[in-house]
Amino acid sequence: MTVRSAPRAEVRAAPVPRPPHRRYRPRANVPAGIGAAIWLVIVGLPLYYLVASSLRSRDAYLDAGPLSAPGTHVGNYGEVLGEGFVTYLVNNVVVTAGTVAIVLVLAAPAGYAIVRSRSRLVRTSFSVMLLGLAIPAQATIIPLYLLITRLHLYDSLLAIILPTAAFVLPMAILVLTSQMRDIPAELYESMSLDGAGPGLVLWRLVLPLSRPGLVTIGIYTALNAWNGFIFPLVLTQDPAVRTVTLGLWDFQGTQGTQNVPAVLAAVTLSLLPLLVLYLFGRRHLLGGLTAGFGK
Amino acid sequence: MAAVADRSARPGAIWAAPALVYFAVFALLPMALVVYLSFTRWNGLGSPHWTGLANWSYLLRDPQVIQSLKLSGILTAVTWAFQTAVSLPLGVWAAGPQRGRAVLSAVFFTPLLISSSGIAVLWKALLDPNFGLATIFGPWVGVDDGNFIGRPSLALWTIMAVISWQFIPFHTLLYQSATRQIPSVLYEAATVDGAGRFQQFRAITLPQLRHTIITSSVLMIVGSLTYFEVVLIITGGGPGAATRILPLDMYLTGFSAFQMGYASVLSVLLLAVGTALSLLIVRVTGYRRMTSQREGL
Repeated sequence: MTVRSAPRAEVRAAPVPRPPHRRYRPRANVPAGIGAAIWLVIVGLPLYYLVASSLRSRDAYLDAGPLSAPGTHVGNYGEVLGEGFVTYLVNNVVVTAGTVAIVLVLAAPAGYAIVRSRSRLVRTSFSVMLLGLAIPAQATIIPLYLLITRLHLYDSLLAIILPTAAFVLPMAILVLTSQMRDIPAELYESMSLDGAGPGLVLWRLVLPLSRPGLVTIGIYTALNAWNGFIFPLVLTQDPAVRTVTLGLWDFQGTQGTQNVPAVLAAVTLSLLPLLVLYLFGRRHLLGGLTAGFGK
Repeated sequence: MAAVADRSARPGAIWAAPALVYFAVFALLPMALVVYLSFTRWNGLGSPHWTGLANWSYLLRDPQVIQSLKLSGILTAVTWAFQTAVSLPLGVWAAGPQRGRAVLSAVFFTPLLISSSGIAVLWKALLDPNFGLATIFGPWVGVDDGNFIGRPSLALWTIMAVISWQFIPFHTLLYQSATRQIPSVLYEAATVDGAGRFQQFRAITLPQLRHTIITSSVLMIVGSLTYFEVVLIITGGGPGAATRILPLDMYLTGFSAFQMGYASVLSVLLLAVGTALSLLIVRVTGYRRMTSQREGL
């Protein structure tokens, strides 16, 4: 880990002046640039509309055009928080933390076993897990509803956490195993020569050396849990266990067209935690978003 | 001696067991249960009643399912073509050395951070024909009154646009990171040989991105076959049944009409079509052969 990241830091610390023609630099790509600019408008306008309108008073929203300068009416945010969004945000934090905890606790030893175990059972179970990558969560909502009601978990945060973690698990294990395979065999050997058992090897060697992978799957899991909609939708109905995503829909249903600025303030509010994460850990966040697909 | 020490440190199957058991209970068991439920009648309360093939024979007579399959087919094909046509060049471009790229990416990738329901709620407000952004861009695209979701003929296209808006950033990100991994030596050599930009794109970039094109396509196709959150919130399947795609039909049949048995038939159908399509893509494109050549993953 430390050995590998060291050279990169060195390069960054000492920028060597280069002759201008040494590095290959393509000419500016004008048509692609124009295309990108168009896409920038297509993405940017709705986002501008979102933030600008969330800062208007109700009257200003109706009078001013949708693209006029943003208002300064922060009262919408207070209104949203007063409408139960504090509860929803707390629920989201619990769901996200619970899901991440389950996934990390299950995936780390499983990844270790898949990489190091000689058992055929482990290899078979890994293939089964990989098949799980292809199962769309939407297609299992009816049996999950049956399962969760039979377990007497309907209308609880655990009802959301349990299936969310299950559907993230295959990807988490896939990402972890590809990271754990990079740990040199000599390190395992020297630890076992010292008499360390599998538990100690996992704790002292595998976990510290797979930290980047653990961060990636943690973020991937957190994003899925934070933005999950389908499981809260079919497995809860009590406002006390409502999550933010469901709260947004419900809020639009009750406020509808009468108070669009407040609805949009709620959307902005739901996005804020991730935006903060994005600003402070862009690389980690983008890595977590694409997880195993980016390889 | 070394062999003994080595064996002592090898983890047994027990280390993978918790994850496997957990996955079996909450993902594999539901898969089996959905097949069982498709042979029952169940309204969500009480216990399912075995009815044999009744649901399955209704599938053949159900006029809605044909319509829903057709809508899902159109949605899948169009969003796949459109998203690929936009995200591939955009990703390749974004991998380049433009100035101000950090600012651009911040805008490009922000939709990735918004939840499906957030995006749907935003677009529903935005598409409001009286006060939304639709009043401005409607006339640009020939919809003068800005009423995009009120007309059956337009609603599906609008949904497809919103779904593309939501997922193009993700696929752009995939293409961007894959393009960055193409060795620049290839381009340098091609430049020396006098190949133009388009030739380079066709002869180097596209073949090098083959793997990513397949991954991205499978994700898009299976995704749009099963995804319905945005449709549920923006149109609820309407007007009429103009946007009642198959997964939404399944959800509404199950959780709105409480015909859980027949909805399970639709779930099995979704699972079967999704799996078959991804297997087909993998077969036709030789994806498996490619992955087996790569080490690591």
